[in-house]
Amino acid sequence: EISAPWTFHNLQELRHSASLANKVFLQRDYSDGTTCRFQTKFPSELESRIERPLFEDTVKRLNIYYAEAEKMGGQSYLEGCLACATAYLIFLCMETRYEKVLKKIGRYIQEQNEKIYAPRGLLITDPIERGMRVVSLQLLLLLCVCVCERETDKEKHKDR
Amino acid sequence: MARQKGVFYLTLFLIVGTCSLFFAFECPYLAIHLSPAIPVFAILLFFFVMAMLLRTSFSDPGVLPRALPEEATFIEMEIEATNGNVPAGQRPPPRIRNVQINGQIVKLKYCYTCKIFRPPRASHCSICDNCVDRFDHHCPWVGNCVGKRNYRYFYLFTLSLSLLTIYIFTFNIVHVVMRSVNSGFVKTLQDTPGTYPFMLVCFFTLWSVVGLTGFHTYLISLNQTTNEDIKGSWSGKNRVQNPYSHKNIINNCCEVLCGPAYPRYCTVLYCAVGPLVLCGHAYPRYCIVGPLVLCAPAYPSVLDRRGLMRDDLPVPTSAAEPATNSNPVPQTTKTTAPLIPNEHTPDDAKPSMADSAIAHAEKRSPSPREEKLPIPPLASPETDAEASIIAKDKAL
Repeated sequence: EISAPWTFHNLQELRHSASLANKVFLQRDYSDGTTCRFQTKFPSELESRIERPLFEDTVKRLNIYYAEAEKMGGQSYLEGCLACATAYLIFLCMETRYEKVLKKIGRYIQEQNEKIYAPRGLLITDPIERGMRVVSLQLLLLLCVCVCERETDKEKHKDR
Repeated sequence: MARQKGVFYLTLFLIVGTCSLFFAFECPYLAIHLSPAIPVFAILLFFFVMAMLLRTSFSDPGVLPRALPEEATFIEMEIEATNGNVPAGQRPPPRIRNVQINGQIVKLKYCYTCKIFRPPRASHCSICDNCVDRFDHHCPWVGNCVGKRNYRYFYLFTLSLSLLTIYIFTFNIVHVVMRSVNSGFVKTLQDTPGTYPFMLVCFFTLWSVVGLTGFHTYLISLNQTTNEDIKGSWSGKNRVQNPYSHKNIINNCCEVLCGPAYPRYCTVLYCAVGPLVLCGHAYPRYCIVGPLVLCAPAYPSVLDRRGLMRDDLPVPTSAAEPATNSNPVPQTTKTTAPLIPNEHTPDDAKPSMADSAIAHAEKRSPSPREEKLPIPPLASPETDAEASIIAKDKAL
């Protein structure tokens, strides 16, 4: 894991970072292998936005759903064998278990967004859209970049 | 489906041609003199082989969508922060992230094309120009990469093709023997001349395909990919042991072959020009002939089940996500233009029929080549120490 202590040497960097700080990315947790899990570490950028337990609940729930989708047990073996016997043509009519769980996840994320995240100015995007690599949280209201920025702009206007 | 489809058409021709000759010339005789079950089973096996071949060729191997500009920049900044200030004239350190998997340290490499740190076991295929999850190899016979989503179809294809080849070859011999007993060997050859070239093909194919099936069975039992096997990722004393293996052959086989059917990350449209990979808002690489030109067996499931007609789809208009920068198209051309010179079919992508299975597997290692891709903002891939070592090895 890389932790990123951003140190701002000058205003350019601050401005650059601030305009990009409208998205926070939660990375995958690979400690158990390649099964889909996301890190539950609470990003510092969200401290002022959302309560830690709510956030951790959401991520844990997502992890539970993904574990359910990828679980290898009787049902997945049965599905696999049946599909193989029909030369996988059965998938043209039937939805796989994973897809069913993904739909459930999509609904869950939407519900969380509506109830919890949007009122706090955040938006979670479904990780399937990014190849299950990250869960991105968009900060809907850009933090206002400070007085410094306005002063720099004033200087620019003076120069012109 | 990859761009160079010539070898795939050859595969189709060989399978369909051989089987047609078998059905036309030998099945009638065998059905009458031995049993009608013989051609029936052959037909079932043939359909299974074709289904597996088409499924392997036309399914998404597990393509990882490229990073959106915001994520790409976020990662760049993280890397810059970690590396600190590199003195001028010195190489920046290679872009690697270490993660711990089942107690072992695994290095995740950065992909300069896709602008992501590749998940474990993913690799970039320079022929398809995509990062593929659980990348096994790029198979020209099948015309596609073999990755997480289609590995089982590929394995079943090689297995069923081995069975079919053995079946046809055996019954061809039986047929020749039976006829020779009745009418003499020379007359038999004169009666059915057309089948023999294809029987020769069958004979050579048999060794390659059976060998390949055996090799992949071995890989599956160890839960390894061809890519890892070639690179020797888990072999050697000082290397880590395979963290993905369950240390139990049955568990490994079950995971690879009977695991869940993984979903697509990208929406893929197959058109007359070539595959167009649409990954949400990102990076379409080819022009399309109209938004929905589908050729070849058009699987209904090729279209995104969540609804193809999302706002951000087709290429020419490339509607940008509201929050991202307003010019995805120039960005696309920036990433694609320098890539085009790299996208050549390697000359060794068309092995002769007589190649052994191992040689066949060894040719699939396009990943070192992707290190010579476009220069990213902060560090050039040539300055990546690991890449330059690989490049030197390749040159030797």
